[in-house]
Amino acid sequence: MTTVITIYGLLALCLGASLAKSRKKTKQAFLIAGKAFLKTAPSLLTVLGIVGLTLGILTPETISRLIGSEAGFTATIIAAVIGAITLIPSLVAFPLAGSLLRSGATVMTISAFITTLVMVGVVTAPMEMKALGKRFTLLRNGLGFVAALVIAGIMGVLL
Amino acid sequence: MMDMIKKFKFPIIIAMVFIALAIWLPDTARRSSIVTMDYLKEMILIVPPVFVLMGLMEIWIPKDRIQKWLGSGSGIKGAAIAFALGTLPTGPLYVAFPMAGSLLRKGARISNIAIFLGSWAALKIPQLMVEIKFFGIAFASLRFLLTLAALSLMGMLMEFLLRLRPDRAWWENVDAAQQPSNEAEV
Repeated sequence: MTTVITIYGLLALCLGASLAKSRKKTKQAFLIAGKAFLKTAPSLLTVLGIVGLTLGILTPETISRLIGSEAGFTATIIAAVIGAITLIPSLVAFPLAGSLLRSGATVMTISAFITTLVMVGVVTAPMEMKALGKRFTLLRNGLGFVAALVIAGIMGVLL
Repeated sequence: MMDMIKKFKFPIIIAMVFIALAIWLPDTARRSSIVTMDYLKEMILIVPPVFVLMGLMEIWIPKDRIQKWLGSGSGIKGAAIAFALGTLPTGPLYVAFPMAGSLLRKGARISNIAIFLGSWAALKIPQLMVEIKFFGIAFASLRFLLTLAALSLMGMLMEFLLRLRPDRAWWENVDAAQQPSNEAEV
């Protein structure tokens, strides 16, 4: 909800300023926005579908079973992969991961899950490629995955 | 017609997967549709204003300004600006992609865009509050510091690699949407 308020607030502010300065340029901005939106629409639909499919298959129970019961390094890798694939809002994912931590999952596994969850977005990759290019997307997500494993390793040792 | 099919190739494939699931695994199909509908509602609300904001940014913020703030000469200050922009409370990461793309085309450094996207994804202030609540301050602050360090390294590495072998296909695909129309001064 705060997101929606922030974005629309910002939009009202910018749109007001833009209209005050030039109607013509504001119209141009809308044209650019419309074209960019049409270009992104197919990848937007793709992302929507994939998000639904991954979360329909990987329910919180399945995730708990996969991460919670496995031990050691395998669990960490599985957690990192699940985190990379799924797109779960942090308000849903953090309580789940927190309860897994309390019920016996290791710090390394949980931090791998959290870090890839926020940093790596396999399902949003089609949109990212449209906006930023294939190479940028592959590098950002690939390096992000490696970084997440390193971060998880360090956190597992320190905490 | 062929063109449309090609454009919507992936959505069509996904729709077929949904249909297959509905036949063989109706429970999974139901759960998936509910999630998709939830995200659809969110996107309908968030995506249009984001694109309009991007359009306004394209029109009003001149190239040289972006270059100065986030470009190759912006140094530590540019990285700090990218980080600060990213941590502002503004919603899911896919919202940031069109913004980041437009910044990149206007001359922002690759490393700064990587930092911007990374902190948007992983270091958001509201998200951090939730993290502290469920994992404690030690976990959250350690992850914050390590992620920040990782993002800086990643940014530099990405910039190095993408300069070595630029993404020509992306740079050349400057169609109408990204055409700099700043020259048309009123």
